[in-house]
Amino acid sequence: MSQNIQQILDEAAEGRRLTLDEARLLQREAGLHDLGFAAHRVRLRKHPQPIVTYVVDRNINYSNVCVCACRFCAYFRAPGHEDCFVLSFEAIGEKIAETIALGGTQILMQGGHHPDLPLSWYEDMLAYIKANYDIHVHAFSPPEIVHFAKISGLTTAQVIERLKAAGLDSIPGGGAEILVDNVRSKVSPNKCPSGQWLAVMEEAHAQGLRTTATMMFGHEETPEERLEHLFAVRESQDRTGGFTAFIPWTFQPDNTNIVARPLTSPEYLRMLALARLVLDNVDNVQVSWVTMGPKIAQLALYFGGNDFGSTMIEENVVRAAGVSFRLSQAEIDTLVRAAGFEPRQRRMDYRLVGQA
Amino acid sequence: MPDLKRYEALGLASIARKVEAGERLSLEDGRALFACPDVTAVGALAHLRRTALHGDRTYYVVNRHINYTNVCVNACAFCAYQREKGQEGGFELSIQDAVDRLLAAPLPPREVHIVGGCHPDLRLAFFVDLLSTVQKALPDATLKCFTAVEIAHFARLEGISTIEVLQTLKAAGLAMLPGGGAEIFAPEVRRRICPKKSNAVEWLRIHGEAHALGLATNCTMLFGHLESIDDRLDHLHQLRRQQDLSRQNGSDGFTCFIPLPFQTENNAIKVERPLTGLDELRTIAISRLMLDNIPHLKAYWVMLTVKQAQAALFFGADDLDGTVVEEKIGHMAGATSRQGLTKAQLKDMIRGMGLTPVERDARFNPVQEA
Repeated sequence: MSQNIQQILDEAAEGRRLTLDEARLLQREAGLHDLGFAAHRVRLRKHPQPIVTYVVDRNINYSNVCVCACRFCAYFRAPGHEDCFVLSFEAIGEKIAETIALGGTQILMQGGHHPDLPLSWYEDMLAYIKANYDIHVHAFSPPEIVHFAKISGLTTAQVIERLKAAGLDSIPGGGAEILVDNVRSKVSPNKCPSGQWLAVMEEAHAQGLRTTATMMFGHEETPEERLEHLFAVRESQDRTGGFTAFIPWTFQPDNTNIVARPLTSPEYLRMLALARLVLDNVDNVQVSWVTMGPKIAQLALYFGGNDFGSTMIEENVVRAAGVSFRLSQAEIDTLVRAAGFEPRQRRMDYRLVGQA
Repeated sequence: MPDLKRYEALGLASIARKVEAGERLSLEDGRALFACPDVTAVGALAHLRRTALHGDRTYYVVNRHINYTNVCVNACAFCAYQREKGQEGGFELSIQDAVDRLLAAPLPPREVHIVGGCHPDLRLAFFVDLLSTVQKALPDATLKCFTAVEIAHFARLEGISTIEVLQTLKAAGLAMLPGGGAEIFAPEVRRRICPKKSNAVEWLRIHGEAHALGLATNCTMLFGHLESIDDRLDHLHQLRRQQDLSRQNGSDGFTCFIPLPFQTENNAIKVERPLTGLDELRTIAISRLMLDNIPHLKAYWVMLTVKQAQAALFFGADDLDGTVVEEKIGHMAGATSRQGLTKAQLKDMIRGMGLTPVERDARFNPVQEA
């Protein structure tokens, strides 16, 4: 390894911010183990206690009807397709009751961009949930918020305000894909551009909602565009500090309209470690057992990850793209312990369950 | 060069220096590596060793597995594949069946891997016939057939020595023995998981005999069942000692070591703490570091899963095995990997990891692409 790369890694591990040029050099030339070790040192500096957290939750997709037709999506159905569905409030309620019975603290709720449901339907749904269940609602990624603004004629800030008033607790970081418009116009041309994605998040942060940020990589983006994504998130976080976690995962090509080689686990681990090193202002980095499987997720705890994501009592979208790993809470605990960490259930804002 | 500060902090500085210098590790060193809390520190050392031996070359083979029978007199406790003679689900392939399956492969296999149960009635003449027929049908393929356990079984059925069995099979086309049947050498564990199988002494003796006859062989270790960490280290030590002996006698000896994580489904062994991914990677890495005289280490994706095998290429492994097609033994015990990978998939994934794909034959000679 060149002296220069070692020095950059050592300094990043100590907390010095990486420049774009340095990130490029690491991305191109640093060894997998060297990247991982530096990322793990950052993780240990930010989280000295040997704890790995996860949330017990369920992904609820309220509808698969979507006008976006993103090329990477195997889950959506165009309006009028025979498989279209919209869940009733009662059906959503049943899923929440099951989640609570399993010790769950939150639901992650996202859906397609439905052309006909008015904003009031979403407000009524939130009100219904909050009236009947004590549960954290982590819902509506920025492209959905933008869609709601379009159908209601309101601004995204007004939409967030209305949803928050109706019971929305936080916003998931989905729909970020790659935050570079050149990529978005190819893979998800009908979804909001990157500037708008970031603006919605910053508006949510301004209104006191915490959010996460994701990255889906391994489709039609270049290595440089992955770095652009990381730096866009870092700059946004500098402005607001509202992102609780960064969640990178790899594109799963089955049943989609994108032909791509599935990324290998070392490529995933390199990206995870690089994200940890670049995102010096984001506290938590989640590993993706849903796309990488339990073995690589466990290994990823040594490549910058400090959080096992969620138990995902229900997950539909990745499964539609051909990958179907399942893990119970007990299995996650076993994997985390075998990796030398203590598993702890957390909430969306990373407070541990059982602590004030 | 290893990051010595990191290894000093872990109390492994002397081991890191030995690895860098290419010196032999002691059993005590092996214990320290198993006890190290940071598995990636162990992995980085193994990767250093792998890189010193092979650079970023990563091997794969166009191969085909044939299981000629699942009828077996051994009834090992870990086997989900075995049937008794006459039991429902038992089968024997005819020679024609075997040849048909080999010829049906999408690409002509370079390596033909044929193993089976220890069948009470199939005699040596059948296997001689099988080998020569397959060799005639696939003249470019290397025949890597029959574990040491099967060789011992054939010798008992015929009432001849294992050397005579090997000589007879070699004359019919046998080029290599696969590494199966080694399991774990520790007698106490063997008594509980495979009491009827050849013991360590016999297994190692047959491999030594094969080496002396100019046959290459592989070797394996089945881990993650009832054995202790010391049993794993003892196993690696015995393989290393046999390899020293075989090489002193002027042969190449073992070509490749294949660590096999135990699959916990559909068998009679109750494992208290099943392996996790990190246990697998640690054992692979330590195997690379201990087996300094065995050139290659296989990440057998059928048993590991594809993504874990990819990671293993950075934890000491240099070979991804091959296209396989139709693997039964691991899958019946719960292996969840897919059934086959194409050559293009293997090459693309190796390049994607920043490594260099090298198509090999059974003895790891690079194959010139047509």
